[in-house]
Amino acid sequence: MSWRSRIAIVVATTVVLAAVAIGYIRLAADRATGDTAEAVTSDRVTLSPGPRLLVVSNRHLTTVSRDDPGGPRTAAPLECVRVYAAAGTGACIRPDSAWSYHLVVLDQELHEKRSIAIRGLPNRARVSASGRMVAWTSFVGGDSYNHGGFSTRTGVLDTRTGALVTTLEKFAVTRQGRPYQAADLNFWGVTFTADDNRFYATMATAGRRYLVEGDFAARTVRTLKENVECPSLSPDGTRIAFKEAIGADPTRGWRLSVLALDSMRVTALAERRSIDDQAAWLDNTTLAYTVRDSSGDPDVWSVPADGSGAPRLLIPDADSPAALG
Amino acid sequence: MYLSTIGRPKAADLRRLPVSANVFALGAVSLVTDVSAEMVTAVLPLYLVLGLQLSPAAYGVIDGTYTGATALLRIVGGYVADRVRSRKTIAGIGYALSAVAKLGLLAAGRSVGAVGLVIAVDRTGKGLRTAPRDALITLSTPPDALGRAFGVHRAMDSFGAFLGPLVALAVLAAAGQSFDAVFVTSFCIAVLGVVLLVLFVRDRRDPQPVAVPVSPRSAVSLLRAAPVRRLVLAACLLGLATVGDGFVYLLLQRRVELSAGWFPLLAVGTSLSYLLLAAPLGALADRIGRLPVMLAGYSTLVAVYLLLFGPLDGWLLIVLTVGLYGAFYAATDGVLMALSGPLLPEQLRTTGIAVIQTGQALAYLASSVLFGIAWQAWGPAAASRAAAAGVVLAIIATAMLLARRAGVES
Repeated sequence: MSWRSRIAIVVATTVVLAAVAIGYIRLAADRATGDTAEAVTSDRVTLSPGPRLLVVSNRHLTTVSRDDPGGPRTAAPLECVRVYAAAGTGACIRPDSAWSYHLVVLDQELHEKRSIAIRGLPNRARVSASGRMVAWTSFVGGDSYNHGGFSTRTGVLDTRTGALVTTLEKFAVTRQGRPYQAADLNFWGVTFTADDNRFYATMATAGRRYLVEGDFAARTVRTLKENVECPSLSPDGTRIAFKEAIGADPTRGWRLSVLALDSMRVTALAERRSIDDQAAWLDNTTLAYTVRDSSGDPDVWSVPADGSGAPRLLIPDADSPAALG
Repeated sequence: MYLSTIGRPKAADLRRLPVSANVFALGAVSLVTDVSAEMVTAVLPLYLVLGLQLSPAAYGVIDGTYTGATALLRIVGGYVADRVRSRKTIAGIGYALSAVAKLGLLAAGRSVGAVGLVIAVDRTGKGLRTAPRDALITLSTPPDALGRAFGVHRAMDSFGAFLGPLVALAVLAAAGQSFDAVFVTSFCIAVLGVVLLVLFVRDRRDPQPVAVPVSPRSAVSLLRAAPVRRLVLAACLLGLATVGDGFVYLLLQRRVELSAGWFPLLAVGTSLSYLLLAAPLGALADRIGRLPVMLAGYSTLVAVYLLLFGPLDGWLLIVLTVGLYGAFYAATDGVLMALSGPLLPEQLRTTGIAVIQTGQALAYLASSVLFGIAWQAWGPAAASRAAAAGVVLAIIATAMLLARRAGVES
């Protein structure tokens, strides 16, 4: 083939491929603007305690009525990828771009009280029942999937004193009664106890995942039980809802379960689909969590916390649920 | 020597290309393909964590598996390329597999298993194409210019790696944060790479019939030749001394407490230093010898490991470490291939290169596990100093292994 005809072929294929790529990009852009146009209403959102549920809907902080969760929604003009709130303190993980995020602490009128730049890609957020402590988790260092290795950062903020811990990896770890250090320590999914000092979280190391109990003031964590991820403490402080990897193998999915802290007994819940979320307690008997379909679109479901009953669709097209009162 | 280079009339420079047209074509294919590959690498964590909302454990499963699984396939691919004497075909299959994998990401949805499978296909493609491509470079270049040829090729390759994340960022911004659009664009760019390969890369078919037929036995006998065995051993030793980019960036980030936006720039900075230095260091290797340049490259790695817990801090630490880390890649990756090429018989060159690259990759995998254990036992500071000591030992051993070879030859 002559040089000239080869050049002609390259130019022609480049034009065709560029047209395909640009066409697809424009299509995607149109779809995205279609989504946001219907998202925001002008009603005012507050985080004050009351019979409402807080969610992310169409990427915006949104509330719905507790009695009619599928009904009308009130959306704030605040974009969040994850939200949580308790006692009038809100936590919103706000995207600045696809690569950078801020954790924004909100008062009940959604005024920004503090914002903290988050390293990596955020994925969990929690506020203690009193509204004082805020925690979040992000992935970092995942920019090299060809080289292996990932890590998470879990940060904790004390909104009263302003004390900020950017990563729990600096805490002293006791694993099965012995001091422990490792390069591959990862923490995620914090839940606070009523004293605003002790907390529970997931710690992973050497291919295993543990429930840990931490002490914020003492800067320590210790392992309690293996194969417990994304703990969520019940309002009465007696049980932990969590996701249990089936056969201790995360590739096989997770069963939503509840651990009784006095007996350490585990009850599997009626939800049989694989749940990859840190569940939220709506009250002492009901859990809410996000279920995603195969394309990643979320719905919020609920299920009784004692293993009885059946899962129920609570809020369609929403994720990151939290009860406001 | 440099003065005479500079003093050469411009006209002569233009007539005499610094590398052969085939090497330049391979470089262009690599550049385009790396733009496509690094686009996906840059957004994949975003896609898995934010698009699909996978949890840390599921993400770790996808991220960590399949690294060693494609090693054997790479050697088989190299052997087949030698056997059918068509390196271009095998390389082309590798490039095409990776292109198809980009569309596979669209189809895989939220299934952890399917995403893992697609990434495995992508890596298989990368494993298949590397050795035939490097063999083609050696077969298209006179032995005394190999360093420069690999240098130019690696510079073009890493320029693609440098551009990829920027292209991905632009597509995300233009497409309303749609990950699908990034994958489709990446696929289109990968197809262009395959088209460039098909049209412009010439396969080297030796005009005379091969003296020794290529059989599994002859492939095994390759390892019996003392120079080749020493080369593979040296490559494994050096692989064993390299603890992995992830650890280096993690430790740097901990020292300096980098904020969110800056972390990915560590890899970009390393690419930048690599692409700027690859061609000059390759040319230098042709002049003063490939072994000294490669060993000097590993010495900069010693410096990098020591700097991680050294006296410097802040921006100076980052710039110096990232610069040296790129220099390490520039002085070793292509130069090792330039060193190996002439030692491998032409009819088994792809197999030989595949064996060396696989040995190095497996050793590299083992060393990151070992480093993890050392960190656990001694803490990060002592572990990185031990790693520096390990590199020093590997340099001494490599010098003894390969300098003897040079001595015997001359």
